Amino acid sequence: MADLGAESPERLAAFEARIAAGEKIEPGDWMPEAYRHQLVRMISQHAHSEVVGMLPEGAWIPRAPSLRRKLILLAKVQDEAGHGQYLYHAAETLGVHRDELIAALLEGRAKYSSVFNYPPLTWADVGMIGWLVDGAAIKNQVMLAQCSYGPYSRAMVRICAEETFHHKQGKEMVLTYARGTAHQRAMAQDALDRWWWPSLMMLGPHDSDSPNTPQLVRWGVKTKTNDQVRQEFVDEHAPELLEVGLEVPDPELRFDPADGHWHHGPIDWDEFWAVVRGDGPLNAERLEARRRAFEEGRWVREAIAAHAARREATA
Amino acid sequence: MTHALATDVAAALVARLTAMADDELILGHRDAEWTGHAPLLEEDIALANIAQDEIGHAVLWLELRSQLDDSDPDALAFFRDAGDFRSSRLVELPRGDWAFTLLRQFLFDAHEAELLAALSGSSYRPLAEAAGKAATEEVFHLRHTGLWLERLAHGTDESAARIGAALERLAPYLPQLTEPLPSDSVLERAGVLPSMEAVGRATRTRIEGALAAVGLDLPQVPANPGGRERHTEDLVTLLIDMQAVARADPEAEAW
Repeated sequence: MADLGAESPERLAAFEARIAAGEKIEPGDWMPEAYRHQLVRMISQHAHSEVVGMLPEGAWIPRAPSLRRKLILLAKVQDEAGHGQYLYHAAETLGVHRDELIAALLEGRAKYSSVFNYPPLTWADVGMIGWLVDGAAIKNQVMLAQCSYGPYSRAMVRICAEETFHHKQGKEMVLTYARGTAHQRAMAQDALDRWWWPSLMMLGPHDSDSPNTPQLVRWGVKTKTNDQVRQEFVDEHAPELLEVGLEVPDPELRFDPADGHWHHGPIDWDEFWAVVRGDGPLNAERLEARRRAFEEGRWVREAIAAHAARREATA
Repeated sequence: MTHALATDVAAALVARLTAMADDELILGHRDAEWTGHAPLLEEDIALANIAQDEIGHAVLWLELRSQLDDSDPDALAFFRDAGDFRSSRLVELPRGDWAFTLLRQFLFDAHEAELLAALSGSSYRPLAEAAGKAATEEVFHLRHTGLWLERLAHGTDESAARIGAALERLAPYLPQLTEPLPSDSVLERAGVLPSMEAVGRATRTRIEGALAAVGLDLPQVPANPGGRERHTEDLVTLLIDMQAVARADPEAEAW
């Protein structure tokens, strides 16, 4: 990366003035090291989430119960690989390399969305993941599409368009099962019982436990807090779930006409932090699957490199 | 209907379409098993694309079959037992390593490219049109798998050894893939199918040429015996997994 000069109060003030004026920061522009660092952290975590997120749903492609669903799920998981690819590229504009980011993931030094450490146990989970997990992801991504860093913002615009399709197909599945046979209906309810709370948790810790948020908001990386985004998610999804006759597993869930919002009961933050720390149901298995694919693919990547080098030598 | 066929011709076409659809569905299923586990992210995307194309072709052939016998494509995919499938054993084998998957896909693409080119001249218009549509995708498959063949054959010692081993393993299954069905002769006489013997020979020539270009020979080995009513046990386990959700709720009207 070009040496963009040391940090100084004047530079910082000029940088913050650009953000306040709604300008996008582009690769090569001066930025505080803390801004660059936070973006690398967020974008790479996001990329890893897409790649690890392929595993739970990918496992159900072989069992999709109709030809149409098989094609849709394959396309969806393929989109997630594509999102991982755009996001690694976006991170690379900040002077890091995809290989080092992937190494950090495989060595357990980088995080990814904890929600993927929960197991999908029935086919209806595929629908519920699309509706709730992708629904929560979209709320976050629509916010990030406004982000002050140009490449991240543009990646998000593109990703949101595809995520909207994922959300729609998930909702369509759950609605079909909620109105389907007793077996389908029971699967849909069971899936909701298991995915509701992890979906709320995936939007991140309470604002009071999110030390990075104030500065990220100030720098336009985030334009809303975790709790604000979570509220939007609950306001949209709770009434729709209830309308199809499913029971949301929260006895305290209620609509308050005074403020126009749906209020949920307390989140089990002990569970949240346990999964973040690596003690969730599938943390070890998810990383193991990524490591195995990486190791088993090593000879393939070596062959590509050797072939490319040979072609270059004879060119 | 303008495309009315004699009863024996329609029955023979149902058999041919079923064999084609089953090959595509099972191969697409095997390719899709890599999704999330490929050696690099770009290949997760590329192979998932090929898998979608193959399953999409299976849908195309099953819909053509449905026009002839009013069958339900999903019922055929999810409620038929292994003994009633007409896939070739080449596509049923487990995914193996990357060399095995890509070489198998290449062999299948070489056959499909010849088959589709020939079918686009069918006197049965719906078949000719569907074949023309599918053929455009095969061009991309062959380009992709052909490049992999070259990379692996001319990569490292390990990749060359793996592609060689995959070729040894797959060669006995190749004749069955291209072998005409007993009822194909009815279709050939009616002009619905080209000479399937000729398609088989063209496939072999294409494969031998591509292998020779990267310094490989197609092993001269005896064909794995039996027609398309004989399957591997791998198909049985594949179907147990593939059909489990659908069969657990046969009353379900929609998924």
